Amino acid sequence: MNRKSCLSGNEAVAYAMKQINPDVVPAFPITPSTEIPMKFSSYVADGLVDTEFVAVESEHSAMSACIGSQAAGARTMSATSANGLALMWEMLYIASSFRLPIILCCVNRALSGPININNDHGDSMGARDAGWIQIYSENNQEAYDNLIQAVRIGEHSEVQLPVMVCQDGFITSHAVENIELLDDMTVKDFVGTYRPVNSLLGNESIAMGPYESADFYIEHKRQQAEAIINAVQVVAEIGTLYAELTGRPYGLIEKVSMDDADYALVVIGSTAGTSRAAIRILRAEGIKVGMIKIRVYRPFPEAEVAAALEGVTAAAVLDKAEGLSGTGGPLYADVCTTLHRHRNNLFTRNFVYGLGGRDVKVSDIIYVFREIARESADPGNMQRMIPYRYLGVRENTHPGEQT
Amino acid sequence: MKRKPALPGPTDSWREITPGGTIRGGASAVFFKTGDWRTWRPVWNQEACRQCLLCFPVCPDSSIPLAEGKRTDFNFNHCKGCGICAEICPVHAISMIKER
Amino acid sequence: MNSTIEIRWHGRGGQGTKTASLLLADVAFHTGKYVQGFPEYGPERMGAPITAYNRISDEPITIHSNIDKPDIVVIVDETLIGAVPVRAGLKGRETILINSSRDVETLRRSLNGFSGELFIVDGRRISEETIGANFPNIPMLTAVAKACGLMTDSEFVEFMKESLGRKFSGKTQIIEGNLQAVIQTLEELRS
Repeated sequence: MNRKSCLSGNEAVAYAMKQINPDVVPAFPITPSTEIPMKFSSYVADGLVDTEFVAVESEHSAMSACIGSQAAGARTMSATSANGLALMWEMLYIASSFRLPIILCCVNRALSGPININNDHGDSMGARDAGWIQIYSENNQEAYDNLIQAVRIGEHSEVQLPVMVCQDGFITSHAVENIELLDDMTVKDFVGTYRPVNSLLGNESIAMGPYESADFYIEHKRQQAEAIINAVQVVAEIGTLYAELTGRPYGLIEKVSMDDADYALVVIGSTAGTSRAAIRILRAEGIKVGMIKIRVYRPFPEAEVAAALEGVTAAAVLDKAEGLSGTGGPLYADVCTTLHRHRNNLFTRNFVYGLGGRDVKVSDIIYVFREIARESADPGNMQRMIPYRYLGVRENTHPGEQT
Repeated sequence: MKRKPALPGPTDSWREITPGGTIRGGASAVFFKTGDWRTWRPVWNQEACRQCLLCFPVCPDSSIPLAEGKRTDFNFNHCKGCGICAEICPVHAISMIKER
Repeated sequence: MNSTIEIRWHGRGGQGTKTASLLLADVAFHTGKYVQGFPEYGPERMGAPITAYNRISDEPITIHSNIDKPDIVVIVDETLIGAVPVRAGLKGRETILINSSRDVETLRRSLNGFSGELFIVDGRRISEETIGANFPNIPMLTAVAKACGLMTDSEFVEFMKESLGRKFSGKTQIIEGNLQAVIQTLEELRS
């Protein structure tokens, strides 16, 4: 029996972990993900799960322990944020290279420096090249649903890759909201038993992670690339199965009011929720706006994004992270690559926003839509003006002059 | 006798190499003979040997095999002729000669 | 959107403001509403000002931003008046609930002549009389729940009895004390 409840994002994720009942959880605390292993360890102490909980001395050790554990054939999960993710950076690459379907709950928080504990996507965006599947959640319900699906996605025979399930720190992790939970049996049946392709404790004696000379390294990476490409199809399949189970549909992206949209937003995470309200307001004014919410960022859903942007006049890409390339944020770079192959003439603007937890209001999103509507009216603006923008940063020292 | 694992070769395509670079069969280093690097070779004087077993653990290439708790003659597949065994032997039962 | 109530709490770390806002979300959830309850985080220490928010709605809530124009402001510690912008976003048509033993006129003056509804709860006295310590969050929570019109007084008492029973199972004194705080607050609000 499904159950309605009122939980924070962290509580929801910890509950999903309890229902998944992984074999091993190595973890190290960092705000704002701390509550996940904290809550989970009380499940362990109360005997509600069979998990071996390993309290390690750093996040680097946490991921190392995950690798060792998963390599031995154990379903393994952990959680971290920001500099914790950064500290395990080298091990992330090892995990995906070993093709181990480790599941990591990443509660997005700004990377130091400067030191800041609030939300942005700098941490997971910084790890976007590590070969992990990245799934982003708009709210606590999605964080819960994504975690359960992540197990099937990562462990799929055509994928065999680690998966990072992200949610916005404090904004969803520490906010209690309505949620619908599945019953234990349903989750257990959905994730099934872990059947590792390779295991150090399997019947055959194997060695994992050997040195690979120039004769093999690039072929190894080509194989990883194939797995990430396969994940596109697998994510969609698992999403369909999950929709049948719960009535909640999940794909690589979610389109809101895109059928006849003139102006589109491309956005990741909780800001998508705030954008829904902005879309309602502008649509009531007769302005045709819509949104593409990127749920799965790695692999990048190129075909889906291209198809969704087909009839659109102008698009605003919102980046809650800086890549500091000097030309735009990470999501903008991927969207531009997509557009280059499919639709080179689309008017676009990139807005870097919300860094370090800067609050994002409905009025901010409305401003973005109005800006691209105004600027795209003159197509020469695409060449004339720099598309890479910052949203909500104080330009002048006089208050009241800012949007 | 261990079977040499089927290892990918430098002409195998990316589809044929094992996912994750996993080596099936394990401990495959045994099959790569590195003994041809030797310039000096150890000689074991079996009569002089007191079976004290000081030589076997200091060999960096695990080239002194044991059988039933006693050392046997050198395994020259991996011995590099470093001479540590000769140096440590208290009764000089190991001598180093030029490798031909 | 019109059916959404937005609430902002002002308290000091250690007074239970965050807990009260999360409990309020729980109360509202149990009446079938869509809810949000979230504190604002920053450098935290006992006594430092903290802000918490709630949204309560008949429609699903998708917005994930802080609340600028609250319908209800709860001031759990009156020393925050003047120290933090407790009236930020208020136009004079809203409701302020304040934990204080002072009279309405004095408080209205200290709130720059705020013209909206002002409810005073002597949370300190009530909690000291019932729980035996200055923990004003349960009296404030009771007042806010009543101001939102979430449930009848007797329903609320029943709900708190069950909720406190779960949270503090076995510690009868704490449950009884807090429940008494609820009942007394409701009595004083009625009069």
